[in-house]
Amino acid sequence: MRLNESFRNIKAIQKRELYGYFGSPVAYVFIVIFLLLMGFFTFNISNFFEAGQADLNNFFQWHPWIYMFLVPSIAMRLWAEERRLGTIELILTFPVTIAEVILGKFLAAWIFIGIALSLTFPMVLTVSYLGNPDLGAIFCGYLGSFLMAGAFLSLGSMTSSLTRSQVISFVTAVVGCLFFILAGYPPVTAILSGWAPIWLVNLVSNLSFLSHFISISRGVLDLRDLVYYLSVISFMLFVNAVVLQSRKAA
Amino acid sequence: MIEIKNLSKDFAAIRAVNNISFSVGKGEILGFLGPNGAGKSTTMRMITGFMPPSAGTIRIGGFDIIKNSLEVRKQIGYLPENAPVYPDMKVIDYLNFCGQIRGFTKAALKRRVENTIEKCFLTTVKQQIINTLSKGYKQRVCFAQSILHDPPYLILDEPTDGLDPNQKYEVRRMIKEMSREKAVIFSTHILEEIQDVCTRTIIIAKGSIVADDTPAGLLKRSDLYGSVSLTVENADSNEITNCLNQIKGVETTTIISDENEIVRLQVYPETKDTPITDKVMAAALANNYQVKSIYMEQGRLDEVFRTITT
Ligand SMILES: Nc1ncnc2c1ncn2[C@@H]1O[C@H](COP(=O)(O)OP(=O)(O)OP(=O)(O)O)[C@@H](O)[C@H]1O
Ligand SMILES: [Mg+2]
Repeated sequence: MRLNESFRNIKAIQKRELYGYFGSPVAYVFIVIFLLLMGFFTFNISNFFEAGQADLNNFFQWHPWIYMFLVPSIAMRLWAEERRLGTIELILTFPVTIAEVILGKFLAAWIFIGIALSLTFPMVLTVSYLGNPDLGAIFCGYLGSFLMAGAFLSLGSMTSSLTRSQVISFVTAVVGCLFFILAGYPPVTAILSGWAPIWLVNLVSNLSFLSHFISISRGVLDLRDLVYYLSVISFMLFVNAVVLQSRKAA
Repeated sequence: MIEIKNLSKDFAAIRAVNNISFSVGKGEILGFLGPNGAGKSTTMRMITGFMPPSAGTIRIGGFDIIKNSLEVRKQIGYLPENAPVYPDMKVIDYLNFCGQIRGFTKAALKRRVENTIEKCFLTTVKQQIINTLSKGYKQRVCFAQSILHDPPYLILDEPTDGLDPNQKYEVRRMIKEMSREKAVIFSTHILEEIQDVCTRTIIIAKGSIVADDTPAGLLKRSDLYGSVSLTVENADSNEITNCLNQIKGVETTTIISDENEIVRLQVYPETKDTPITDKVMAAALANNYQVKSIYMEQGRLDEVFRTITT
């Protein structure tokens, strides 16, 4: 009974949010820039054609860096905008729980990024035309990329709930994303491994989006990576809820 | 029934609401009055469950707003200050969304939304993006949202702010009409609204309740209440003042103006509840003054408001 109501509320909120994206130029600008950047890095920086490999590693390797800037630009609006407009006062006094609102908004943004991501499908067509790629690995790459986007998004949603300024929200989210990327970056782990105990090095590099993403995008679908991303998302959204609950009117 | 007991709210150093208690029953329209920053909006935000109180309890329909938050919120319609609405939606889509959140589906949803759109005079703009509406129309959209589900409790923070006189009139009419089966709390800075709409008025200043009375009761607190305004022609102001002061029951007479032989006077009674209009009239006639106008003052809310809140 209550569960049905929950689904209904989440769905209503998610629908409204998506409607909001496509009702403003934000959505189209985002999608165009996303695709341009993806294309630019893959073809012009990674020299996709010269590499002569029939896989999408040169494509997926850029995702964390592109997400680092573009996902916070979507996430920054989530709560800061509601605060600025004052609509937070209505949405949080509707008969819906904070969890339902957060999930509805998060899912809408995630679906939206999913739509942008799925519009990169010509990449798949290109490699299929050029050679004989491992479609399973490509599928894993997309799945990993989508999960990673979700993790970035949850981080951005959380920082957005802290403030009514979209700029602050954006900058904090980018820095947070950078931390989660760099934590697994070999130069950084190298700095740590000089002096820190091995368990700390492992912990930090395990926190990284990168290490988990690399293993998935190579086509190794490990349950642990999945659990990792879902835990990050749950944790961030939980903090998001705590922040909102305690600072509704901030 | 909305019952509020010993409600307080602190923001860091400021005490925005200070130990207020009152209750509002079905059929009552409570007007919330007070200077800027008095704590009206803060109180309403607590009643609607948006902000937790620092101390005190709020019970609505017997349920606690904190413990049974969801149940209570289903019963409330809320129009926040400045009428916030999502700018990039069409009016009808926005109201559909609110209806869905309130649990309506399909035909019932459609009927509700259409009905409310008509009631709030939004028919001509229902396909328009909210962003492109004028301030008054946005206000109406948000008002529509608050009555969409026909809630038994209505909390309206300055519902007529930004509306044209006709729309102000309509909103007041709607509030009065709906109030038969509802408990309504609304805040305003427009004093005529209080006289026109409320069954009861609470004035709050610096977070505390300074008056809780019917509009008529408040008017009686006015210094002017019960006094007689008199305008006469061809009279000497001192002479007539003396004459009026001799009437039994008259405390004092003041001259408001004396120009071109037209004298305006204010005659105050000894006790406010003993009318003196007839005696003043009789005295004026007996002395052959030409009375241009005479009436008993009902008191003025702005004056009462000023004395109470400063
Ligand atoms: N989120 C907040 N943080 C800190 N102080 C606040 C907050 N909200 C309100 N206040 C303070 O609480 C006091 C009461 O504000 P409130 O908005 O309730 O006044 P009001 O009676 O609605 O005034 P107005 O007639 O101008 O709408 C003010 O001093 C205000 O500065
Ligand atoms: Mg206010």
